[in-house]
Amino acid sequence: MDWKVLLEQAPSGGMTYLGWLWSGLFWTLAVSLCAWVIAFSVGSVVGVARTVPLRVPRAIATAYVELFRNIPLLVQMFLWYFVMPEVVPKAWGDWLKQDMPNLLTLPFAAQFSLWEFTAAVLCLGLYTASRVAEQVRSGIQSLSVGQTNAGLAMGLTLPQVYRHVTLPMAYRIVIPPMTSEFLTIFKNSSTALTIGVLELTAQSRQISEYTFKTFEAFTAATLIYIVITMTVIFAMRALESRVAVPGYIAQGGGR
Amino acid sequence: MLEFDWGVIWKYREALWDGMLTSLQLFAIALAGGIFFGTLLALARLAPWKLVSVPAAGFVNLIRSIPFIMAIFWFYFLTPMIVSKFTGQQGEAVGPFTSAVVAFIMVESAYYSEIVRAGIQSIPRGQPAAAYALGLNYWQSMGQVVLPQAFRNMLPVMLTQAVILFQDTSLVYVVALKDFLGAASKAGQLTGRIVELYIFVAVVFFILCFLASHAVKRLQARLAVGR
Repeated sequence: MDWKVLLEQAPSGGMTYLGWLWSGLFWTLAVSLCAWVIAFSVGSVVGVARTVPLRVPRAIATAYVELFRNIPLLVQMFLWYFVMPEVVPKAWGDWLKQDMPNLLTLPFAAQFSLWEFTAAVLCLGLYTASRVAEQVRSGIQSLSVGQTNAGLAMGLTLPQVYRHVTLPMAYRIVIPPMTSEFLTIFKNSSTALTIGVLELTAQSRQISEYTFKTFEAFTAATLIYIVITMTVIFAMRALESRVAVPGYIAQGGGR
Repeated sequence: MLEFDWGVIWKYREALWDGMLTSLQLFAIALAGGIFFGTLLALARLAPWKLVSVPAAGFVNLIRSIPFIMAIFWFYFLTPMIVSKFTGQQGEAVGPFTSAVVAFIMVESAYYSEIVRAGIQSIPRGQPAAAYALGLNYWQSMGQVVLPQAFRNMLPVMLTQAVILFQDTSLVYVVALKDFLGAASKAGQLTGRIVELYIFVAVVFFILCFLASHAVKRLQARLAVGR
């Protein structure tokens, strides 16, 4: 065991190996949180669309979920990063591949361009959206039809029913499964290393390659992942108890 | 826009087929191993002895809180080391496929143990109690009363997890093992036709996983009626 190796000067970036790990953590968080914004918003729209009494939006939403859930995330990553720039008009593809600014100028210097980051965020976001959509849908469908009907009977329009009756309940009910989707997005963000995003897993592998201290490098990254996991679980538990619906005993928690 | 040349897929059909066989092999071994060790882990977690349940819970939570790729890297690093320690042979004794298999079995057994645990906990307490009252011991009551019912309840979730596992086999790409995706990637590098090959991989995965997940849904509906 030689933990001091992490404090040695790394060959690039003007920082120690520990600095590489921080930089990796920064990019893991950046990719995951940006992707989560996409996943949550797109997923909510798709999830709602799967429950509306209109055939076309429902068919589109179902197709979306089937498409994104049945292709491995890694393959989707390659589709966004390698295939997409080739099948759009050439000028756009070239712009994506060549003219996106390099991220070297940002804090936590990274040796990849904004295009790698964007592709990773888009891919992870739209993939996770299909899973979020399923949670939103199951949350909405777990409510009794009576709630929607009562809302409609009171003269609310369908969008109003969703806004004031269905969704406020559904979102609170699905917090526990949503927590595990949120945890999964941090773990899945490591897939971005295959297209050159130097996130946490990539940095720990890079450290092991440079120093041959594989055990120390992997342990450090593993500990950081555990801290992320625990933080998310604590935060979501706090959120859950804050917004808990009176009268429901740990709804959805037993899943 | 570039011109598509789908002929490249036919040209590399053998490499792609070999890759698919590697993927399927990894999938089958990981599935069997994952369910077997996952069941043992679940039993260990539910055991009344702290000495057994705490380490099992620790292992499962540890594996579940790190990325799959990180776990693959870990076992890719650890497996040859541990094997050479026990057999006295040097690292060459363990190939990349074996390391990948160990990684997948370990990760999947953690995932499956959660499914099995939920399945066992869904069985009413009266069932094992009745089994004990009839004079069965722990293993008999588990093996003949609790687990058969639990497995029936869990079957849809286990199969859904199997579809996810099949998709996850593509992750061995990170240790340069030539699975289906790896074979396509290699052919793409040789010919410069990555676009066609990656689209082909996506389509094949989509068709297989789509059909499989729909079969699971139908099975789920049938089992639900049977209850």
